[in-house]
Amino acid sequence: MAEPYFNEMYDASGLRAPYRMLEGWHQNMPAEFRALKQAEAEDLFRRYGITFAVYGEGGDPDRLIPFDMFPRVFTSEEWRKLERGIKQRARALNAFLSDVYDRGEIIRAGRIPADLVYRNEAYEIAVAGFRPPLGVFSHIVGIDLVRTGADQFYVLEDNCRTPSGVSYMLENREVMMRMFPHLFQENRVAPVDGYARLLKRTLASVAPEKCDRDPKVVLLTPGHFNSAYYEHSFLADLMGIEMVEGQDLFVEGDFCYMRTTEGPQKVDVIYRRIDDAFLDPLCFRPDSALGVPGLMNVYRSGGVTICSAPGAGVADDKAIYTYVPEMVRFYLGEAPILENVPTWQCAKADDLKYVQEHIAELVIKEVHGSGGYGMLVGPKSDKATIEAFAAKLAANPSNYIAQPTLALSTCPTFVNEGIAPRHVDLRPYCLVGRDIELVPGGLTRVALTEGSLVVNSSQGGGVKDTWVIAEE
Amino acid sequence: MLSRTAANLFWMTRYLERSETTARLLDLGFRNALLPNAGGGFRNEWSAILQSKGVLDQFTEKYGELKQRNVESFLFFDLDNPSSVASCISSARENARIVRTALTSQVWDAINTSFQELKALSRRERSSLEVPELTDWTLRTSALIRGSIEATQLRNDGFRFMNLGYALERADNTARLLDVKYYVLLPSVAYVGSGLDNYQWTTLLRALSAHRAYNWAYGGELSAKQIAHFLILNPKFPRSLLSCTIEVNAHLDHLARIYDRSTPAQETARTLLAELAEARIEDVFDEGLHEFLTRMITENAGLAKCIDDQYLIGEAR
Repeated sequence: MAEPYFNEMYDASGLRAPYRMLEGWHQNMPAEFRALKQAEAEDLFRRYGITFAVYGEGGDPDRLIPFDMFPRVFTSEEWRKLERGIKQRARALNAFLSDVYDRGEIIRAGRIPADLVYRNEAYEIAVAGFRPPLGVFSHIVGIDLVRTGADQFYVLEDNCRTPSGVSYMLENREVMMRMFPHLFQENRVAPVDGYARLLKRTLASVAPEKCDRDPKVVLLTPGHFNSAYYEHSFLADLMGIEMVEGQDLFVEGDFCYMRTTEGPQKVDVIYRRIDDAFLDPLCFRPDSALGVPGLMNVYRSGGVTICSAPGAGVADDKAIYTYVPEMVRFYLGEAPILENVPTWQCAKADDLKYVQEHIAELVIKEVHGSGGYGMLVGPKSDKATIEAFAAKLAANPSNYIAQPTLALSTCPTFVNEGIAPRHVDLRPYCLVGRDIELVPGGLTRVALTEGSLVVNSSQGGGVKDTWVIAEE
Repeated sequence: MLSRTAANLFWMTRYLERSETTARLLDLGFRNALLPNAGGGFRNEWSAILQSKGVLDQFTEKYGELKQRNVESFLFFDLDNPSSVASCISSARENARIVRTALTSQVWDAINTSFQELKALSRRERSSLEVPELTDWTLRTSALIRGSIEATQLRNDGFRFMNLGYALERADNTARLLDVKYYVLLPSVAYVGSGLDNYQWTTLLRALSAHRAYNWAYGGELSAKQIAHFLILNPKFPRSLLSCTIEVNAHLDHLARIYDRSTPAQETARTLLAELAEARIEDVFDEGLHEFLTRMITENAGLAKCIDDQYLIGEAR
């Protein structure tokens, strides 16, 4: 089967080992049974309340993310390499953050241009010179990976602020185990359900030095209108911590307290799921009602830890991304295990010229964009779209980067006619505290439309359960 | 427990109770409108009902003339009316959604299902929906949710806040319903004791699901005094002001035990209970029923404010 894309189930030599147990499974599944199971899955998701609102789209605010029942599988050997690469990258990103808010050695050494860091919108001048507990800035690092061959993985982007989606990793597994228990008896699938416990432990491990008791950890959400609210309440529930909004917290003296029915209670660690700009109206946006006035002062005087640390976003900026392999070499003295996708910075004249000449072959993204918005997939776009985008690019080149259109691997996915290959990516969640941890799994997103390379849920993507086969 | 969580639970049940009262009022108006139009001048009962909810102006502005069908829609479906059944159930569901992890799945299911059914109802042809169907649905739904809370929720602080919401709102609503009948509905004192008066009393008791109970308790003869006694001072009737106040006290005492801390809220509630437990119905009529009810509504609101200050804001130490 000669395909231009790496098929994770069938390669040139036939059925690949990790999927051996699944071939019979899907072939022996009658269509009615499949429809029944699909309906059951949707019912389960709806009952758990796993819904997802798309920004600015209107329509049903309780929309479900499509769930594909065909699992995506990695061998333990494949995973070992990914794990080493991901942890390495997470360590380098945190070293970088510690450095750029401190002496800036990497800049002094001329390895990264100063402007790119200090003039970056995500660089938070308010925390320059401050070292958070254990020097950790990004406690949950989500690394988006794509695969192009049996042994070729590329990092598409890093997420150092508040990567979302981990609830799907957990719930997808929960639903699969309920629906197809025998699959888990026949395949030794490594469990992922320890994630919440590890997250809690990670958060507690970075409590401020001033905290002399069992640290009180809370999750700070922007509120129930947020599209990821379900995830926030799900994680808070699994960790057994309070989910608070800005209005539930207040600052008094050197500490931060939450309002409870028994009066004020001191808070030690805030796992925040809101952006820097909204954390503290006295320090950042004065019009924000989501945050806690005075919080940053408490933070800087070591009264509370904020996870991820304000300012962590400078490490996952798309313009900084190019330099991550450099960070690995500079801080760790190691060769990068995971490769970057080659990237053209349109801010550079030479790069811009190349991008403009090859625009129809490239993927062009906004430097600060996310969620698959504001990007151009050259080979999939018509002429008019390309021309319109070229005009935007010419008007403000430094706002864009470009990458080759990657031959994203495919994984079998249920479609009306049976199964068919669909493009997938992978987001594992690496936890950084006193230890550095990675549960064997992640969120696989799948582009459900035939031929589509965009896996974002806001653009019609779905999700799959992701398996790592445990070692014998 | 987070103060906001407690507040959400408290308001969730207040809205649920309120939706039930609106449905009961709707039923009251519907039955009163079945009364023969003798003597003229009684057709403005809908306006009295809207007045009691403080939404008459809003209604007139939106619909103009007082057509029964419009009043029905306004009281049941209209989301512009904050005390319509639909508004209350939506608000209750929104509060529940925010604190879902504090609810058992059965309670959430019951609330969420009622919301979905409400949406289905509002899609149906209005002419196919008669008031009794709407009010029956509301009372049934309300009982289902309350039963789920009773049967499955842990007896913790959250449970107490839910029940406080129910009891406070119920006391307020009983006082208002009684006030509507006595002060607003009757065109003049001359009608006291007339056939019309009796019919309205029966209807009020019916709306409170209390007319049979009343007959058992007072031997079937209708008198304003006895009915007022029943709805205000009878500890056996679950919607009487006294019953509700006993409930409020019980749940506040539980909270004081759970938190090992008594607050001014317990004190305020006890004072109110002492008055109601001692009161004779003659005292009530001496003060003037309307004046008494108005004072009760105010004191009840004061108690709610006190609970808010002590528990739901989270700054009291």
